[in-house]
Amino acid sequence: MEDFTGKYSIIANALSRRFGNFTAVDKVSFKVKEGEIFGLLGPNGAGKTTTISMLSTIIGITSGSATINGKDVGKEKDAVRKLIGIVFQDPSLDDELTGMENLDFHARLYGVKGKEKKDAIAKVLKLVELEDKANKQVKTYSGGMKRRLEIARGFIHNPKVLFLDEPTIGLDPQTRRKIWDYVQKLNKETKLTIMLTTHYIEEADELCSRVAIIDHGRIIKLDTPERLKDSLGGDIIRIGSDAPGRLAELIRKGKFTVSVKERGDSIEVTTKNGSEAIPKIIGIAQKAGIEVAYTTLKRPTLEDVFISLTGKEIREEGASDTDQLKRNFRFRGRR
Amino acid sequence: MANFLETIYTVWLRETIRFLKSKSRIVGSGGQPFIWLAIAGVGFSSAFVLSGGVSYLTFMAPGIIGMTLLFSSIFSGVNVIWDRQFGFLKEMLIAPVSRVGIVLGKIAGSATVSLITAVVILVVEVIFNILPFSDLSVIGLMEAVAFMLLIPCAFVSIGLIIASTVDNVEGFQVIINFLVMPLFFLSGALFPLTNAPEWMKFVSAIDPLRYGVDGMRGALIGVSAYPVYMDLLVVLASAVVLVLIADFAFNRIEGK
Repeated sequence: MEDFTGKYSIIANALSRRFGNFTAVDKVSFKVKEGEIFGLLGPNGAGKTTTISMLSTIIGITSGSATINGKDVGKEKDAVRKLIGIVFQDPSLDDELTGMENLDFHARLYGVKGKEKKDAIAKVLKLVELEDKANKQVKTYSGGMKRRLEIARGFIHNPKVLFLDEPTIGLDPQTRRKIWDYVQKLNKETKLTIMLTTHYIEEADELCSRVAIIDHGRIIKLDTPERLKDSLGGDIIRIGSDAPGRLAELIRKGKFTVSVKERGDSIEVTTKNGSEAIPKIIGIAQKAGIEVAYTTLKRPTLEDVFISLTGKEIREEGASDTDQLKRNFRFRGRR
Repeated sequence: MANFLETIYTVWLRETIRFLKSKSRIVGSGGQPFIWLAIAGVGFSSAFVLSGGVSYLTFMAPGIIGMTLLFSSIFSGVNVIWDRQFGFLKEMLIAPVSRVGIVLGKIAGSATVSLITAVVILVVEVIFNILPFSDLSVIGLMEAVAFMLLIPCAFVSIGLIIASTVDNVEGFQVIINFLVMPLFFLSGALFPLTNAPEWMKFVSAIDPLRYGVDGMRGALIGVSAYPVYMDLLVVLASAVVLVLIADFAFNRIEGK
């Protein structure tokens, strides 16, 4: 990040938003590079949607500032609105209209006209593969198709930055993967900067070039998914053995590990390269005459990163996605 | 400016497309006035005898047009609440366009729908000779159409004002039902207010529909309490004021 010399699409500077006494976003600062897919990863209620809502001028900023391609989101709203496309967490289509009519409405509001409009609509429909459904009423669409239509709509007016708020929430795994494909294709083909929020680990890992982990309205770590995972020290190997204490001692002496911990009758080893370490460990055990019952290898996920940073899991029990969604919606609707 | 007009047109277009797609709305808004004419009109005409030689049904015909304009326009504010619940309102609020344009587009859309319904009813009333063809004139018809455009502008605005402050459909309907009945009965659509008690005359004086109905009566059957141009001015003024308030109320949604 430090050696980056290109342009930044989004710059957030100590951005904060309070609702009454509750601070939803607390002095958040980050920079999004032009052309990258940047992710905000965190549990429900962490402040992801609020952050995106501020950046996309839907709600006001309590303090701090942010710019999109140099335009101030607080002071130059119309300029910012022209630069961005947004796909909201909750659906925002007119179900009574056809897909085509929804796209046409959007194009008109953004001043895309005539042949330019026709071409743009054809292009976006092709990208999300909805050409043959375009003249059907949206209420006949499946959830995945609606999402695709919304993504298509989000970049009809050729925005410079596309915001995706929980783009695959409530979708089945197959549809989710398809949406990911579209997002990646869009990013590659048009060099569009994309900022998304998600509480799905795999989504952040698969799509994002950089991820900011957010919790309780603060960004607690920001890096590439690879480096975030590496920050845990590497892969985790678990070894079951009849003499865990003695084996742990011998592994430590081998000096190819980051840490070795005894956990009851098993050992937990953290090491840079798990698949190479396992034969070494088995070799050590055999030489010492210790029996190895089993070994498991686990590569750390962003979930493990989140747990090590916050001490809890991203997916909390209790509120379901839709409950949370409704609550957020009402909450925002009030002001 | 071109952009501003495009916004109004875009929002208007959507409202119109939605109406044309909804067969139940078309049948409902077109059918209701005839039920009123058939039941209330025929029923009351045996009880009322009007001075001046106008039959009761004829007297009531412009009032039913007024009623149609009132009902279809004031309830259309509910669209804003549906838009909010279905998220579509956000799609509009986030667009780089002026909100005045959105409000005017909404008003224009609902007003168009009301106007079309009213014209259909006018034509049917003429066909059934409830409105005598001999009383009609080109100028009178043009005046009537002017009322049919302005009355909905006033009442769509009232609907929008309520919809901007109430965020659920049930609440909206309760308030609108509470408003609609007095607006309707005090408008003189069903009975003449000339012999009504003073308090009722006083309250009905602030009902914009009263001037709308009176004006249309003057324009279509040549009987009215005030000169038609005066009615037109009052309706125009109330429409302008209400549109401005609606714009203000709509702008407050989600802050600016």
